[in-house]
Amino acid sequence: MSVLIDGSTKLLVQGITGRDGSFHARQMMEYGTRVVGGVVPGKGGQSFDDRVPIFDTVAQAVAETGADTSVIYVPPVFAADAIYEAADAGVGLIVAITEGIPVLDMTRVMPFVREHGARLIGPNCPGLISPGQSKVGILPGQICEPGPVGVVSRSGTLTYEVIHHLTGAGIGQSTCIGIGGDPIIGTSFIDCLDLFENDTATLAVVMIGEIGGTDEQEAAEFVQREMATPVVGFIAGQTAPPGRRMGHAGAIISGSEGTAAEKMEAFREHGIAVARRPADIVGLVEEALG
Amino acid sequence: MKIHEYQAREIFRDHGLPVPRERVAATPEEAEAAARELGGTVVIKAQVHVGGRGKAGGVKVTKSPAEARAAAEKILGMKIKGLEVRKVLVAPAVDIDHESYVGIIIDRASRRPVLMVSAAGGVDIEEVARETPEKIHKVRIDPRYGLLTHQAMGLGFALYHDLDRARAAAGIFRGLYAAFEAVDASLAEVNPLVVTREGELLAIDAKVNLDDNALYRHPRFESLRDPSSEEPGETEAREKGLSYVKLDGTVGCIVNGAGLAMATMDLIKYYGAEPANFLDIGGSSNPEKVVNAMRIILSDPNVKAILFNIFGGITRCDDVANGIVTALKQLEVGVPLVIRLTGTNEKEALDILASVGLPATNSMDDVVQKAIELAQGGTQ
Repeated sequence: MSVLIDGSTKLLVQGITGRDGSFHARQMMEYGTRVVGGVVPGKGGQSFDDRVPIFDTVAQAVAETGADTSVIYVPPVFAADAIYEAADAGVGLIVAITEGIPVLDMTRVMPFVREHGARLIGPNCPGLISPGQSKVGILPGQICEPGPVGVVSRSGTLTYEVIHHLTGAGIGQSTCIGIGGDPIIGTSFIDCLDLFENDTATLAVVMIGEIGGTDEQEAAEFVQREMATPVVGFIAGQTAPPGRRMGHAGAIISGSEGTAAEKMEAFREHGIAVARRPADIVGLVEEALG
Repeated sequence: MKIHEYQAREIFRDHGLPVPRERVAATPEEAEAAARELGGTVVIKAQVHVGGRGKAGGVKVTKSPAEARAAAEKILGMKIKGLEVRKVLVAPAVDIDHESYVGIIIDRASRRPVLMVSAAGGVDIEEVARETPEKIHKVRIDPRYGLLTHQAMGLGFALYHDLDRARAAAGIFRGLYAAFEAVDASLAEVNPLVVTREGELLAIDAKVNLDDNALYRHPRFESLRDPSSEEPGETEAREKGLSYVKLDGTVGCIVNGAGLAMATMDLIKYYGAEPANFLDIGGSSNPEKVVNAMRIILSDPNVKAILFNIFGGITRCDDVANGIVTALKQLEVGVPLVIRLTGTNEKEALDILASVGLPATNSMDDVVQKAIELAQGGTQ
C-alpha cells in the first residue's frame, strides 16, 4: 500500500520533450510508472521514444488517455500556466517539479487548483515515489525499497540521504513525498501526515523540515492531536543565519521566526522524536516501529 | 532581493503614496547641499540593507546644512551590522502627531498576501506581534480581486476614528497593494505611516523586498541591486548561478541541494567546528559549476579545508569528479579536499578521482569529521 500514487497511476508528462522532461520521463518508465502521454504544444500527434503519444493540450491528453496525474517539467515562465491547464483539464494530482515560479503567481494558482478539486504537490519539489509501484518526479528509484515508513520532506537530496540510510538499514518506504522548498506549496506537511495516518501500510513517518515558516510547528500540533502513527523528525538549517535565503526560496528565517531551534522544540513538545543527524533517523525509526 | 529605502520610496510615490521628497547623498558635501535645498530641519538616514538603523546611530535629525554635513560625515562609512553605509537619504523632518505600521507580506499558511496595520507604529513590528498581538489588525487579500474597498476601509478605521482620515489611509493601503503587486514584492512596508501636527498622512519610511523568482519580469530592477551589500563571493556566485552564503567558519562546503547543504553545515557544527559557507551547486552538474564553486570558496581566506557532499540524483557524480579534476588544474588549491560522492555514476566518479590520487568516501559523517580534522590540523 501507499498514498497518492500506486501501480494504477496514469501519468502525463507536461514538457516531455524538454531536457529534464525527456530524461525523467525515461527514468520513470524504466521504474515502471505508467506514463500514458506527454503534452507539448505544437507537437501533438508525435510520439515520444516511439512509445508515448504526445498531445497539444492537457485536455486532449486526458480525454484520450484517462490520465489522473500530471508532472510538470516546464520552465518557470510557463509553469503557472501549466498548473492551471492541468487543473482545468480535470487532472486530480498535479506535481510541479519546476523551481523559480514567482510567489504571487502561486497565490493565484492555489485557489484555482482547489476550486477544481485538484491536489498540487510542489512546486520546487522532487516529486514522490511509492517504491516498487510508481514514481512521479525526479527521485532516484534505486535507493528506495518498499516497506512501512512514510517520508515527507521540504528538500530533495536531503530526502535521498535519509531514504538511503533507511534502505541501508533494511527499512523500506510506503511512499516518499517531496513537498517542495518554496514559501507557497500546494500540499503541506499536515496534508501528507493525514494521508499517512489513514494508510494501513504506513507504520511510521519521517518528517524532514527546514528553516522558514511555521508549517512544521503546525504539523507538530497535528501529530499530537490526530495521529496514532509515530513520527520521527529532522530539521535542516540549525546553523543558518537569519535573514538569508538558504537556496530554497522558502528557507529563510524572517526576523526571529522560522528557526530550526523553534521547530525542533515544537517537535519535542508534541511527542515527535527529533534526530540531530540524518544518520540518527534510522535508530529512531527502528524504535518507533518497535 | 533587498532594495534601499530611497528606491522603495520611488516605487511608492509612483503608486500615489504620500512620500515626502528626498535627496540621496554619497558625500557630506552632497548632504549639505541637499539640506540647503530642502530647507529647515532634515533627517539624515543611512541606506543599508538591514533594520535597526536608528538604534545603530544611522539616523540623525539636523537643523542646519552644516549640521547635516556633520551628521552625514559620521554616518557615511559607518558599519551597521557589518554593512558599510555608502549613501544617506536626506528628507524633510516631519512634526509627528501619531505613528502607525502598515505592511504587506506573503502569508505562507493562508497562501495569500496579508495586509497588516498597527497603531503601535515606528517600532519593531515583530515585537508588537509577540507581546501585544491584539494590536495588529490583518486582512487576507485574494489576489484575484485585489484589496477590496471594505477591507481597506476596515483597516483604516482600525487606525483612525475620523472618516476622512480612515478614507485617506484606505487609499494609501490600496496604493501600497498596487505597488506590491506591480513590482512582485515579497514584502512592502511603511513604518511609520504618520499623522503630522497639521493632520496630514505621510509615509516617511519605505521598505520593499522583491521576489527573486519574479525578477525576470522586471529587468529594470537589476539596476537597483547594490553589490556593495553582498560579499564579493556572493556576487560572483549569483552571476554564475550558484547559491552561496558566506559564513565565518573554516570548513568550506560544496553540496548539491539546499536541504543537504544546510544539513552538512549543521553536521560540521555537530562535530564541533564551524562551516565557512552555504553552497548549493544545484541540480544539473556541469563541471564548470564545480570549478566556479571552488574558486569562490578558495577566495575566502578563513577556509582551511573544503568538503564535497554530493548525493547523485539528477546530479551525476562523474560530472562533479571531472569538475574537481579540472579545478585542480586551473586553480591553486592550497587547502585539503575531502570528498563524499554517492548515487548516480558513483563508480565512474571514483575512478576519475582515483586517477589523480584523490580518495573519496560514501558517508556524510565520515567526510565531515575528516574535513574538520584537516581544517584544525591546518591552523595549529
